[in-house]
Formats: sequence, structure tokens, C-alpha cells
Amino acid sequence: MLALFIRDIRLGIRAGGGALVGVLFFLAVVAVVPFGVGPDLNLLARIGPAMLWIGALLAGLLGLDRLFQADREDGSLDLLILGDTRHMLALTVFVKCLAHWTASILPLVVASPLLGLFMNMEPVAIFATSATLLAGTPAIAFIGAVGAAVAVALPRGGLLVSVLVLPLVIPVLIFGVSAAYGAANDPQPFLPPFLILCALTLFFAVIGPFAAALALKSASD
Amino acid sequence: MSDTSVSATRLTDLANPTRFIALADRLIPFAYALAAILLGVGLYMSFTAPEDYQQGITVRIMYIHVPFAWLSMMCYSIMAISALGTLVWRHPLADVALKAAAPLGAAFTLLALATGSIWGKPMWGTWWVWDARLTSVFVLFLMYLGIIALTRALDDPGRSAKAAAIVTLVGFVNIPIIKFSVDWWNTLHQPASVIRLDGPTIHSSMLWPLLVMAAGFTVLFLAFHLTAMRTEIWRRRVSAMRRLAARRADGGAS
Amino acid sequence: MRLIAEALCGERGGEPVFGPVDFALGQSEALVVTGENGSGKSTLLRVVAGLLPSASGAVRLEGAEDEQVASAAHYLGHQNAMKTALSVNENLDFWRDFHGEPFLTNEEALDEVGLADLGHLPFGYLSTGQRRRVSIAKLLVSYRPVWLLDEPTAGLDARSERRFAALMAAHLEDGGIIVAATHIPLGIEGATSLVMGDR
Repeated sequence: MLALFIRDIRLGIRAGGGALVGVLFFLAVVAVVPFGVGPDLNLLARIGPAMLWIGALLAGLLGLDRLFQADREDGSLDLLILGDTRHMLALTVFVKCLAHWTASILPLVVASPLLGLFMNMEPVAIFATSATLLAGTPAIAFIGAVGAAVAVALPRGGLLVSVLVLPLVIPVLIFGVSAAYGAANDPQPFLPPFLILCALTLFFAVIGPFAAALALKSASD
Repeated sequence: MSDTSVSATRLTDLANPTRFIALADRLIPFAYALAAILLGVGLYMSFTAPEDYQQGITVRIMYIHVPFAWLSMMCYSIMAISALGTLVWRHPLADVALKAAAPLGAAFTLLALATGSIWGKPMWGTWWVWDARLTSVFVLFLMYLGIIALTRALDDPGRSAKAAAIVTLVGFVNIPIIKFSVDWWNTLHQPASVIRLDGPTIHSSMLWPLLVMAAGFTVLFLAFHLTAMRTEIWRRRVSAMRRLAARRADGGAS
Repeated sequence: MRLIAEALCGERGGEPVFGPVDFALGQSEALVVTGENGSGKSTLLRVVAGLLPSASGAVRLEGAEDEQVASAAHYLGHQNAMKTALSVNENLDFWRDFHGEPFLTNEEALDEVGLADLGHLPFGYLSTGQRRRVSIAKLLVSYRPVWLLDEPTAGLDARSERRFAALMAAHLEDGGIIVAATHIPLGIEGATSLVMGDR
């Protein structure tokens, strides 16, 4: 299983991999916001955590459609499914999600404090946003795996994956952003929404891979 | 018949980079030495230069910030000329120059942004404002990253060369537009409150260290660029030899 | 160990494609499945491997720890299941680790298919025939008694075909089982033949 993790990370980082593009997309999305709303620093500081979250969400969806499709196109997916007898397929999916998260979403979590500075956010808000991103973005990968598995056999599945997955990740967005705001603004609490966010990630870490494995098995033809 | 002509053009293509590598081998040590001397002298001069009566010691960051900002733009100009070289003159080294310059340009732009930010914190009280100049430099940084991603995305240099050249040229046309539109966009929202980077006119006691530092960093950039180009040529040769090895594996065995 | 199929029928999209098919293969026995395009050769192999559910009938492996064929079989499909961005060695290492039961080293396996010394090259640099041979080498880096081969010699030249025939013969001699779908004679001696599409 470690071999699968390392293989997927290598594929993500090597030439042609989408990891760098994901981070770039994140930078570009967040950088576009001030152009849209104007350079009012107070306003930017207020919407900053939400913008970082939306940027991370969109960037996280970007490479998802390739999660299983690349393996399907070169025939690896058949062998991964046949490996079910040795390694449970849900575990294989879990490891693939984890590798996807490490290669393409973790870099943008690391980049998020920098963008927080651009958004004129308070140090506490920056730290809280990065922490919520770190805790919440794995859930995007796990939910996304279900969408990617369902759409794996479709010729133009990329858009469909986003349309399928976006409504499902809305709870993650809600609790992520409210935790980030809670840390910065005093009356609102930080810990309860943050713990719910962690719970969501853990919950989808179990549900997502099982559902995706089921979808993959029935999609093979 | 056709085989010999193909190999003949290959040879002329290779001859050029070979001469380039010979030249680069001789130039690179001198370039690094010159850069070290200039930067050493420049650093000494910038620390002995008088402090600004308003900004105090923080003004010294100018001596590295301004060269970085200047190089971030010069590097893009070099890339644009290389792009023309690829598209118009089809020079084999032009694509190598473009590909080698992109990460350097991104690095210098990032350094310009970072040093500007560090300078801006005590001056403006914030790390970042969406000022016209800062914003257009940030867009430039994003464009560098996009070009790097594009040059890395395709394994085959022949195919990625034209795509990268076209994007670079479109970006070059786009930069003045971004600059002007951002000016317009920005003054619309925040008329006079934005503090200008170009500040008061510079006294000659500060101008000289700045010029020496700028010259030093420019030479350093050229040295880096030559090194990166040489590395890129070697990398392409290794890749060509590996492809050849894959083809030979069958021919040699049978 | 015996690979047994009883009244096996396959379907695709609700349409019956083949069947019923019966066979029983003991150790050191091979089955060569031939037939026209669209006669259901690939579908049969995928059903045997367990990638597709059978319409009716069953496949089982008698005398093995696990009755499921998948856990004792290598499946070689139309695609090579190799990543072009990784080197040949990285690809083989991954599959050895994933499949378990390591058998030959990369060098030995590549030598068997005539690609010694190419392990360090990126898989994407290889020609079509070389890619196919690397994916044949994949059968050798971890040991499975049953080989399910779908058009294994597609893209191979005559020399590589002979070499592959020798590899299959060696596998049978070791007590392995081979089911191969093909339209080119594979040169397996004493193989049972199954012609699809004759109804």
C-alpha cells in the first residue's frame, strides 16, 4: 500500500502531473477576488477566510476527475480492482485519496497563509484558516473520490464530477468557514465548528472509500 | 537519401548548442566571479550609505528590492525575445533560453514581492496592499508560474516550445494592459491614499550603491541563466540518448 | 489445483455475448480461446478474472486456498497497466509490491523478455512492442499460478513471440495454468482449443 502511495505521489509531482497546476489555480482564484470586489482592505480581511476556502475547494476539485480515469485508461484500474482479494479495494481507494491530497491539496494548504497576508487577514484568522483547511480538505478528496469513481467510465466526466461533488462538500465549507471566523471574531466559538469539521473528515474517510470502491466495481466493463 | 538529409540537419542543430556549451563553460566562472565582486562592493556601499531621514534603516532593503524588481521585468523581456526567436527565427537555443529563464524570473519576482512586503510592513503598516504596481507584479508572478507549468507539462521539448513561446508573447502584450487597467481600476477605488513606491527622488549617495547592486544582480542573473541553459541542453541530450538507447535495444540484439 | 468453468455465460449491456462455456484445466494445462472479433473472447477472460459478473454459470478454482480466481491469477489485458511517467523499474517494483509473492527480480524478468538494461528508462520512451514486453515481464516479477492473457502478443515481433511462447511453456512446466485469448497462434504445445462464436 505504501508503494501505491509513493507511486501516486510521484505521478502527481513528475512532469505532466497536475499538482503544480492545482496550487497555481488556487493562487489565481484567490488573487482574482480583489479585482472583483476592489482593493478595500477591510472588506478583503472580512471575506478572506471564505475566499481561501472557496479557492481551496475549487482547486481540490480540479484534479479529481483524473483520480481513477488515468488508471482506467492504461489498464491499471483493472488490476487494482482484481487486487481486492489481497488489499481491500476501499483501502486502495483510501490510499489513492491520501496520495492525491498530499500531492495536490497539501501544497495549497501550505500556501494559504501567504494568501492570507494578501487578503490583509489578522494573524489569528490566518492561522485558524490554515488549520481548518488542513483538517477539512481531506474530506474534499474523500467525497470527490465517490464522484470520480461514479464518473470514471464517462468520456467527459470532469465537469460532471464537479457538479456531483460540489453540493456534497457544502457542509465541509460551512463548518470550515465558520470555525475560521470563530477564531477571528470573539463572540463566535471556534472549537465546536472545528471539531465538527474534523468529524466530517473522519466520517467521509470511511464512507467515501467504501462508496467509491462499490462504484468502481460496478463500473468495470 | 532522405535519411542522410535528416541526419545532416540534425548535425547542424547539434553544432550550435555544442558551441554554446563551449562558450558557456568559459563564461560562467567569470560571470560568477564578477557577480560576487559587484555584490560584495555593492553590499559594502549600501551599508555605508546614509540612512534615509524618514525611513531610517529600513531604506536599506531598497538596495536589494529594486534590483529584484528590475530583474523580474528584464527576465520577462528576455523570455519574450526568446519566444520571438522560437517562432520567427526558429533558433534551436531560443526555446532553451525561454525554459531556463522562467524559474529564474519567478524566483526574482517572488523575491521582489517578498522584500517589498517586508519593506511595506513598517512603512504602510500592512504586508500587502492591492496597489497598482504591486498587483501587476503579482500578476506577472502568476504568469511566470503558468509558463513554468506549461513547459513542464509536455515531456517532448519540440512540442512544448511553440506553446510556451505563444503564451509568453501573449503575456508580454498583456503586461501593459494589466498595468494600465490596474491603474485605472485602483484609482477608481482609492484615489490618493496609496503610497507610491518610487518615493522621493534619490540622492546620489544612495543612487550609486543601488546601481552597483543592480549591476551585480544582473550579472548574477546572467550567470544563473547560462548555467540553467547549459543544464537544459544536457538534460535534452540525456533524454535523446535514452530514447536512442530504447530504440537500439532491439536493433542491437537481433 | 484446477480451474473449472461450468455453463459459463457472459453478457454485455444485457445482451448475451457468449456461452454456455465449459472447461476444466488442471495444472500444466493451457486453454487457447480463438474466435472472430466480437465473439466474446475478452468478455470471457474478464468474467473468468472476476472483473465482470457472469450472466449464469460459475468459475472456481479447486484445490487453492482461495476459491476466487482473482487472488491466484495474473490478468494481462489489452492495456499494459504501466505509467509512462515512471521508469520501467519503478513500474515493476510497484506491481511486485502490490501483487505480493515476489518471484523474479526486475533484471531477471526484463532479461527474460529481452529488455535487459532498459529498467532505468521511462516507460514512455519505449516502443509499442517493448511496452508489451515490459507488461509481460510484470507476470514474472510476482508469482501467480494462473495466467489470464488477452491478446498477449499484440504488437510483438516474431522473435519476441517465440520468446514469449518459451516463457509460457516454462510456466506450464512449473505447474501453471494459462487461459489465452488470441487470433494469432501462440505456439503452446498441447493446449486445449476453444473456438468462440460457433453457435
